[in-house]
Amino acid sequence: MATAEGTVAGRKVAERDNYLTHTRGFLSWAFTLDHKRIGIMYLVSILFAFLLGGLAALAVRTELIAPGPTIMSADAYNKMFTLHGAAMVFLFIIPGIPAALGNFVLPLMLGAKDVAFPRLNLASYWLWVIGASCAIGAVVAGGVDTGWTFYTPYSTTTNTNVIATTMGAFILGFSSIFTGLNFIVTIHKLRPTGMTWFKMPLFLWALYGTALIQVLATPVLGITLLLLIAERALGVGIFDPALGGDPVLYQHFFWFYSHPAVYIMILPAMGVISEVISVHSRKHIFGYRFIALSSIAIAAFGFLVWGHHMFTSGQSGMANAIFSALTFSVAIPSAIKVWNWLATLYKGNIQLNTAMLYGLMFLVTFTIGGLTGLHLGALAIDVHVHDTYFVVAHFHYVMFGGAVVAFLAGLHHWWPKMTGRMFDERLGRVGAALVFVGFNVTFFTQFVMGSHGMPRRYYDYTPQFTIYHQISTIGSYVMAAGFFLTAYYLLHSLFRGKPAPMNPWGGNSLEWHTPSPPPHDNFAETPSAEDPYDFTRLKRDPATGGYVSSSYEGAR
Amino acid sequence: MRALMSIDSGPGFWLPRQSSTTAPVVDHVFHAVTNISIFFFLLITATLLYFIWKYRARPGHEAQPSPTHNTPLEITWTFIPVVIVLWIFWEGFTVFVDISTPPASAYEVQLTAQKWNWLFTYPTGYTDTDLHVPPGEPIRVVGTAVDVIHSFFVPEFRVKRDMVPGRYEEAWFRADTPGSYQIFCAEYCGKDHSAMKAMVVVHPSKDDYEKWLADASDFIAKLPPERLAEGGEKLYKQRGCKQCHSIDGSAGTGPSFKGLWGHDQPLEGGGVAHVDENYVRQSIVDPHSQIVAGFQPVMPSFQGRLKDREITALIEYIKTLQ
Amino acid sequence: MSDPAHASSPHLQHHFETPQQQFDAGKLGIWLFLATEILLFGGLFCAYAIYRANHPEIFVYAHQFLNKYWGGTNTVILLCSSLTMAWAVRAAQLGQRKLLVVLLSLTLLGAVGFLGIKYVEYKEKWEHGLLWGARYAPHVEGHGAEEPPVPKAAAPPAAPPAAAPPGSFVVERSAIRPAPPGPEGTVIAAEEQEEHLEEAGIHRRPANVQIFFSIYFLMTGLHGIHVLVGMGAIAWILVRSIRGDFGPQYFTPVDFVGLYWHLVDLIWIFLFPLLYLIH
Repeated sequence: MATAEGTVAGRKVAERDNYLTHTRGFLSWAFTLDHKRIGIMYLVSILFAFLLGGLAALAVRTELIAPGPTIMSADAYNKMFTLHGAAMVFLFIIPGIPAALGNFVLPLMLGAKDVAFPRLNLASYWLWVIGASCAIGAVVAGGVDTGWTFYTPYSTTTNTNVIATTMGAFILGFSSIFTGLNFIVTIHKLRPTGMTWFKMPLFLWALYGTALIQVLATPVLGITLLLLIAERALGVGIFDPALGGDPVLYQHFFWFYSHPAVYIMILPAMGVISEVISVHSRKHIFGYRFIALSSIAIAAFGFLVWGHHMFTSGQSGMANAIFSALTFSVAIPSAIKVWNWLATLYKGNIQLNTAMLYGLMFLVTFTIGGLTGLHLGALAIDVHVHDTYFVVAHFHYVMFGGAVVAFLAGLHHWWPKMTGRMFDERLGRVGAALVFVGFNVTFFTQFVMGSHGMPRRYYDYTPQFTIYHQISTIGSYVMAAGFFLTAYYLLHSLFRGKPAPMNPWGGNSLEWHTPSPPPHDNFAETPSAEDPYDFTRLKRDPATGGYVSSSYEGAR
Repeated sequence: MRALMSIDSGPGFWLPRQSSTTAPVVDHVFHAVTNISIFFFLLITATLLYFIWKYRARPGHEAQPSPTHNTPLEITWTFIPVVIVLWIFWEGFTVFVDISTPPASAYEVQLTAQKWNWLFTYPTGYTDTDLHVPPGEPIRVVGTAVDVIHSFFVPEFRVKRDMVPGRYEEAWFRADTPGSYQIFCAEYCGKDHSAMKAMVVVHPSKDDYEKWLADASDFIAKLPPERLAEGGEKLYKQRGCKQCHSIDGSAGTGPSFKGLWGHDQPLEGGGVAHVDENYVRQSIVDPHSQIVAGFQPVMPSFQGRLKDREITALIEYIKTLQ
Repeated sequence: MSDPAHASSPHLQHHFETPQQQFDAGKLGIWLFLATEILLFGGLFCAYAIYRANHPEIFVYAHQFLNKYWGGTNTVILLCSSLTMAWAVRAAQLGQRKLLVVLLSLTLLGAVGFLGIKYVEYKEKWEHGLLWGARYAPHVEGHGAEEPPVPKAAAPPAAPPAAAPPGSFVVERSAIRPAPPGPEGTVIAAEEQEEHLEEAGIHRRPANVQIFFSIYFLMTGLHGIHVLVGMGAIAWILVRSIRGDFGPQYFTPVDFVGLYWHLVDLIWIFLFPLLYLIH
């Protein structure tokens, strides 16, 4: 990777040792114990998975641009949407923010030298690689056509590579558990003196809540997948009605993990938004305590609502009612966070950097996703829209419009810190606009299609839905263009970007009190913790293009 | 049956025609939640845009101090959403109870879902691939699936229920307006999931429905021997053969029937079978005993699902496909 | 990095300030890991609870084929091995190297004994066809009633399907046979079973007994795998103990492997009555 070179304020800067240059060679990365390098490896890997899942999505949307066969057969289509879902969920978004951004930032925010268990962290990464290889191998060897949810009895009887894919997901589950375990212990044990729980940046609260879910929910996915494998390989019969089993039991097992899993996706995203919105509006976050505690509340309540994926499966009316009521309870803390973020902007000084544009975008798209969750939680409505494109639109609004947009916000926010480079803000804004427009065109259309009765996972469709599909497909191409542009200017910045100052945006959490990129050991001296949202003493320094603290004596 | 335009509420921006008594009550809840959502979305977006404009960074502009929390405000903006979602829950729940409880007097039709078609069995024992019903009466569909989970979905009726192997599930509706309404499968079930369609045919009157049922039920039994092949063709289309076996020579999941009769079929694992009455009969009731070379062993057995006379009709039909 | 804490403790990693902090972090970590194990098994316990609540007759009937004396012996063995393990941790803390080695060896021996008995039990089940799901084909003699093979409405499990045509990818085949014909399939199976048994003068046996054995093998199998992994971990710290790696300053691995072993024992304490001691 390139090192920080060039001129800063007219003076030639000597090459400074940082975590990227500290040691060299493939093995120094493959066997690294440095959380920052592990974070970078994760970042590259999950972006590769995002590309894979994204290309699958484009293929799916292209097939759907016209009714009937367009570019592939029905079997190929079924494998393609399965690949899209499995790659995006298991390879990209679940590891997502915690692995790629959290690994890098968490110890820095704590003023620590590393996470509690660096070797476990490395193991977590390599387990991701092994699990991903299993899953991708299954695709190369002919694919799997069950959908990413592997519902029985279809998944126990289809003749595609289910075992290989579920084995990959099983291994990826361990990767996730190890990350969560590491983060919990790090936050408990490696906080600096003075940083009590309620003095932590909110990103850490978010990662903590996420980690609790990772540790407690993922093992249930583990046993679910093991049972699925046992059913296929040995004929155990626990989900097979002919052998006395119950296919709906699988759904209970699966969603008991997979619903909390969506909070693994969104909680870290909310944490990023808390950081980005406050820093880029120069305002202390509003309602800190509520946001912190709501992260835990969402994690806890998220375990109680899995049955809302099964309202039409034949579970009892009582079960339906309880799950519906509890589902609304989870909506409340999320809604209130939105009020808190809006209130943070009040009387601020809002910098419309790319990171902030994504942060503000989140407020719009996540809101739509959250509000349509109200439709789905209401039993009478869900009967009509379950398993239609309405659901597809809802979860893309929260997963993409929520988690991915926040991931992009965080990526741009911490890019200077991670790489030591600034990217082209103008191209950043263009990319954000393309992503925003493309995303809404693609997915808002799908709400309308779905409430009109267009079922999901459909290779072909009746003619009245054609116009919706065409609009949606065109939107997906616009979105793709936004992503390719983003990839371009970010990669370009690695070679030609301006060297980044220590604190380009004026944040006050501890990662901004060490150079960009940080040295191998993170801090020359363990810094003391201040209020991470107190920006009053930070002033812009035109010489470096960044912010300096009037009380902090750190150089450059 | 040609589709007749419904005089009920036509399709709107969000929702299709209301073609059952369930539809208006469901739509009422849908629109209520949508309107609440639109209100809050506009509120949030307007506030956001206003703040972005008013507090945008510009030369000479600084952030101003303001409180970092405000307990009365936070309580208010918690309390109001709680009340709203409680209301939404209640509406959704009470309407749900109504739409999932069939009246005691409902007319019952049995449903068997399979890859990849629907089979409706009427009280006379007759089986059809479409759902014919009399108008103005509550209809209770009691169903199961034979292979994987399917889901019986009629968008214009706002009705949906999973069909699960090994258990019976029910759904009900009352359609007052004659016409044809689309049935979709709403639980992914493999290759032809999106082709697994049928129609609900609401007859103009109860008499018209009864007449149809009487005619249809006796169809095969009444056919003279020389017309048995016609019955076979109907069965071919209705009972699932068509999904996998073509009649134009193209290979599907199963071998094509074109030119099949009287020829020799190479079998998996070696050997050859001559296609005669016994071969066809055995392929129907015990398909795994002889798989044609190059094909997968995926055909379900029709033992108990096709009567002898129906199998004979199919054999006669296959004989005609040279 | 030449502060006194790091200089005096070779085991202290660079990102921890004090050995106590490192030990505390590790302790929290191992407890979190144990929590994940509880949730992993929790899924199986849930499956057990659901099937037993819905079909108590299957459990009451089928558990007779388990030998509670073997099960009880295994329980005692694991309890004793937990004792030797806990004692071993104490020995490590006190620097009693020889005692530590003996105790770890005894723990390992207990684990071997446990797996040996499980092997005997499994072998017996295999011989009598008392297996899971599709492989349930009982032929038990001298265990009360004579049990004829179970007739099924589905086609009997045939030999695995022919290999894929040459030149194509090897496609994974499911071991599940296609469902029995018609929605009445399972009802027909149960009815045919009843008729057959009545004809042969055999007293009632509930339908779907294979569910019990599916759950039995899944739970004890997963537990057995954990015992094996535990054996590997104990063997590793046994080697390190012989080398003299542990003492009052550093006994963390012994402590943590001990915690894992106690959990393995605890899970068996629940499994045993639930599977073997049903009334």
